Amino acid sequence: MTERRAADSHPADPGATTPDPVGQRVAEPAADATAPAPPGGGPRVQWSLWAQRYGALAALVVLFVYNAVATPYFLTPQSLLFILLRQAAPIAIVAVGMAIVIGTGGIDLSVGSVMAIAGQVGASLVLHDQPFLLAIVAALLVSALCGAFNGTLVARFGVQPIIATLILFIAGRGIAQLITNGELQPLSNPDFQWIGLARPFGVPAQVIIAVVVAVVAWLVMRLTVFGRYVLAVGGNETAARLAGVPAARVKLLAYVTSGVLAGLVGLIAVSATSASDANNTGVGMELDAIAAVAVAGTPLTGGRVTVWGAVVGAVMLKLLQNTLITHGVPKEVAQIIEGAVIVAALWLQRQETRA
Amino acid sequence: MTTTLEGTARRRPVQIGLLLQRQGALIALVVLVVFGTLRYGENFATGFNLSSFTGDTAKYGLVALGMTFVIMTGGIDLSVGSVVALGGVVAIKVSEHGLLAGLLAGTAAGAAVGAVNGTLITRLRLQPFIVTLATLLAVRGLALTLAGTRAAVAAPGDFQKLGDWSLLGLPVAAWAMLFAFLVGAGVLNYTAWGRRVLAIGGNVDAARLMGLPVARTTFSVYVLSGALAGCAGVFLGSQNGSVDTAAGQGWELTAIAAVVVGGTLLTGGVGSVLSSLVGVLLLQLIFNLIVFENGKGFINISSFWESVIRGAFLLVVVLLQVRLVKRRRAAGRSA
Repeated sequence: MTERRAADSHPADPGATTPDPVGQRVAEPAADATAPAPPGGGPRVQWSLWAQRYGALAALVVLFVYNAVATPYFLTPQSLLFILLRQAAPIAIVAVGMAIVIGTGGIDLSVGSVMAIAGQVGASLVLHDQPFLLAIVAALLVSALCGAFNGTLVARFGVQPIIATLILFIAGRGIAQLITNGELQPLSNPDFQWIGLARPFGVPAQVIIAVVVAVVAWLVMRLTVFGRYVLAVGGNETAARLAGVPAARVKLLAYVTSGVLAGLVGLIAVSATSASDANNTGVGMELDAIAAVAVAGTPLTGGRVTVWGAVVGAVMLKLLQNTLITHGVPKEVAQIIEGAVIVAALWLQRQETRA
Repeated sequence: MTTTLEGTARRRPVQIGLLLQRQGALIALVVLVVFGTLRYGENFATGFNLSSFTGDTAKYGLVALGMTFVIMTGGIDLSVGSVVALGGVVAIKVSEHGLLAGLLAGTAAGAAVGAVNGTLITRLRLQPFIVTLATLLAVRGLALTLAGTRAAVAAPGDFQKLGDWSLLGLPVAAWAMLFAFLVGAGVLNYTAWGRRVLAIGGNVDAARLMGLPVARTTFSVYVLSGALAGCAGVFLGSQNGSVDTAAGQGWELTAIAAVVVGGTLLTGGVGSVLSSLVGVLLLQLIFNLIVFENGKGFINISSFWESVIRGAFLLVVVLLQVRLVKRRRAAGRSA
């Protein structure tokens, strides 16, 4: 898990006054910086910091070990690759985009609807005998447009992200349904469905795509100016703007990224099910993605992006769900536990802020 | 019915702006009603349509009322949709002991969820958005568990009749909604609690420094929202005779849209209760008009347009709001 705060990355940011005891210097003693730790408070602070940073990963490891022991056939490629990771990959991809948007201090509720639109556009073009590459490019362009719509409302008009993306959340599903009049379209085009059905080197294509997306996003956040600007805008927008960061453009780009990734997952979803279903593609995805980002300890207030955290969070929540269900816990009770886990993760996060 | 914390009486242009922001929805509502009456004539302006429309809208109205108060404190309650389902299921389970027991139990179940939300938000100081997102998941799971994963079906009797009863041509649910909104408007404008809600939304730190019981007020707002959503669930159960597993899904966003269309700012501190009622009526009326337009038979607008039109409507309202807020800020700076 990598995390960087605005304070680390942008020297001109007055957000540097907030002490960040760990940042990238995990090896150093935690409370060394500006925050004077109360006597005897050190270990506790360190523990909660650790829990906050690596809680999701630790939970994932615990769940993994438990399943390895208690669930028959869990440690088989079939179970790991084709059930767990294949199911977690779409959530992870959307969560990466969501993490970047949340990093700017925003939120994107429209991802599920964008998935439906992209799936419908792609599937319809393929079904009308268009080349599959054109279909994919067109679907991704439309998703980028959706993201640009969100981004324009947030960045240019100053609409609150929840409301700005709520508009497309409501209207987007209707738009997707209108494309095919809400009817289910069966698909059978191996080229187009490669991203959902192929298994190069015996690994499901969507798992490979998720890894590629995560690596690219991680590198972008780490190495590029855009990555630093995202943290600066999310950390303290006014300060960032005063320091010359093109805040509006950065936010716009963040929403476009989230839109494109959602569109990509929409294409994966229709490919994997061999049917484009505007009514059900991506329903509830925004909640899954936000939960994945939140359990990994990314504050929703912005200023921090943990790409790997989002991926770990997505896999962890999926594994938690699968573990509960394979062990006979009803799906509904599993849902209650999932809610409790999210609250617990937040509580740990809260501990860190207090420390 | 406009309410702002700061005394803006001195600044006339600001007042006109705020008035537009509030009354824009009302004007649109009146225009749509007139349009409907002219275009669809007697079918539209019948007692039957009024009765079924208000009975249907009442549930959304109750949820939106609770949401209005929550948003006025600067918070948000995403769990209401699941609470509607829970309230309905609990009410149906308890309704064998009588109508009143069902009504109270459903509302109390909602209030209990609200209390959990409020406790997590005020005691543990977690973000309302995420807390209520988690309870959205958990409470739906709870409702499904209670219902035995099937639709909960009410036994015939008083409980089912609650959905049918009407008074002066309006169903009980509609009266409940009107009553709740009038009480809500009174409470917001004429009680200390109402002023506190606005003060907290306007500036939490200032409210705390003034010695206002911030935690207690915030807590009570979430309890109120939960109770109203639970009550909406009771009406849903009594009108349909059953609560299915998808009941209330997405209602939180409908409610937020209605509140925003009504002119309440999501940043908190400014808001109007009766405008949310207008917002709910307006958004539901769009749906009603589409049904009638299809009934005319000239064109066939699929129900998918409904969400597109609602979204477009929300877009227009939000953009208007942004302009007005900007103007208000500019006026505030120059004053």
